[in-house]
Amino acid sequence: MSVELIAYGCFFLTVALTYAIMCLGLNLQWGQTGLFNVGIAGFVAIGAYVSAILTTPDTAGRLGGFGLPMAVGWLGGALAAALVSYLVGRLTIRLRADYLAIATFGIAAAVQLCALNLEPITGGPFGIGFIPRPFAAQAGNPLLFSLFNLALLITVVLLLYFALERLVRSPWGRVLRAIREDETAALALGKSATRFRLQAFAIGGGIMGLAGAAQAHFIGFIAPENYLPMLTFQVWAMLIVGGSGNNRGAILGAVLVWGIWAVSAALIAAVFDPGQQARAASLQIALIGVAICAVLLLRPQGILGEMRTVSRHLGTLAKRTQPAEKRPE
Amino acid sequence: MNPQVLVDGLIAGAMYGLGAIGVTLTYSILRFANFAHSELLTFGAYAALALSSALGVLSAGLLAPIGPFSFGWSLPLAAIAAMALTGLLALAVDAVLFGRLRVRRSSIIVMVMASFGAALTLRSLLEFVFTSKPAYFTRELQIALPLGGGMRATPDQLLALAVAVLLVVAVHLLLTRTAIGRSMRAVSENQALAGVVGVDVRKVIRVVWLLGAALACVAGIMAGLLVQLRPYMGFDLLLPLFAAAILGGIGSVPGAMLAGLIVGLAEAGTVQLIGAEWRTAVAFVILVLVLLLRPQGLLGRPQA
Repeated sequence: MSVELIAYGCFFLTVALTYAIMCLGLNLQWGQTGLFNVGIAGFVAIGAYVSAILTTPDTAGRLGGFGLPMAVGWLGGALAAALVSYLVGRLTIRLRADYLAIATFGIAAAVQLCALNLEPITGGPFGIGFIPRPFAAQAGNPLLFSLFNLALLITVVLLLYFALERLVRSPWGRVLRAIREDETAALALGKSATRFRLQAFAIGGGIMGLAGAAQAHFIGFIAPENYLPMLTFQVWAMLIVGGSGNNRGAILGAVLVWGIWAVSAALIAAVFDPGQQARAASLQIALIGVAICAVLLLRPQGILGEMRTVSRHLGTLAKRTQPAEKRPE
Repeated sequence: MNPQVLVDGLIAGAMYGLGAIGVTLTYSILRFANFAHSELLTFGAYAALALSSALGVLSAGLLAPIGPFSFGWSLPLAAIAAMALTGLLALAVDAVLFGRLRVRRSSIIVMVMASFGAALTLRSLLEFVFTSKPAYFTRELQIALPLGGGMRATPDQLLALAVAVLLVVAVHLLLTRTAIGRSMRAVSENQALAGVVGVDVRKVIRVVWLLGAALACVAGIMAGLLVQLRPYMGFDLLLPLFAAAILGGIGSVPGAMLAGLIVGLAEAGTVQLIGAEWRTAVAFVILVLVLLLRPQGLLGRPQA
């Protein structure tokens, strides 16, 4: 195998893993708690922009020049996205379930608009460039550079995965599922549904912000058109195909759907002549839509269904069952 | 402030109101926020465009402008057929997707997500067929007529306003004065109970889809006539439509129209006072304010 191929493979997987992080965040919101977020692109954008502003060198005419270390940027991006999620959740979670959907849809549009129009902060339509990239010292050696970046992303995804698995199996996670399955019963046991939902929504949003920051630093450049509603649809397709409620499913779905996306894009580039490519790309998007509907109809649990989890003192029953454990402790 | 803001706001608002009536009806009776409603709007507009051009090919006389308007008889004729086609599309999507999920008693949010997938598919297919290049019903230029007080409007715009008012009254009468309207309100109140007392729930759902789709089609044609046709035209209207439906109170037809006008006027005012680049934020701000201050909307009842 040639070096270029390995480097491309690493690049592909690294990007796929940034989507996997978004999927993990969405899985906490939707898979575990049943909160419908249609504004993923907005939260990802907040993380990306905040991290970029915190870490980029000084640029004339734009807020920034803090030049902070990358880790601070990632953390700041995640916290900012978590804060916005908290505020949106605060506004809508006590109302009917689909108001949250409409409000998150609105926040994504508003973030997009701010990114475009608040030029002194976000750089406007031209976005922000020269975002420091991890392992920039290795940039001369493409193979090493991409391997290091992949290793970094794998570490982040694994850490998140174990943290989330831990969280899901904790009493806190069980309360979330209890609320999702039967809110009245959970309330009767003295669990405040609104508070738990709000916590899950904010943490999930923060994880999406982290994904945005990681992606921005890996690519090195961000602009408003990276965060169109299309991104939201892709992440949804990933989670639903992989299996909502299952963290491994979220990661698997991200890699799989991103793979299908990349292959179909290459296919379109090869089959259609350049004038028709933009038009053919819409078929690619239609495919995502059909995939979402088809999975909902034919295999609502996705490839990997939700695992039945109970208190770890009882061990994990690796049986895939529809109703989750309903008994919070 | 320039009095023209009033006219611009009212005309855009009438369009929003018309679209929001469809949203509010399907929302209250089918019980989920249908994100694919915007694609019914786009589909209706493009269907009318295709049919109207086809009619024009058959008989060039149909393209000659009627009186002061910019379009010929081909458009109103095409509009009627397009309304039927949009209704059929809604029924087809319901049969393939929503109906099956309903039978399975899927939760509201699964329906919302399915509507998302359906919207994505429909929009992209429309983009594939009609390309993303803007299209127009007519290339006629129109002179805006002075209305007095420094306000101007084109005959097309005034017609749109009149059609919107007419349809609101018609839908309101349908809901309050006819047997099917009573059934619709019963289903919106309590689906199970309505079924028990002999209301044909499935028929009501079919009628709601047809009605909602036809209204969406008219709103789409209006948007196409007053602005332009694009595959994303419906999608861009989605936030103002939801904001208007919630501001008006889910299920309230007069509320949706009133709220549509408020959203339209607020947008026109924003364009004038702050700048056109922030226009799309208005609907979001209104949405946030309603959810904060009066979640049941202006004319809605507090939710159960």
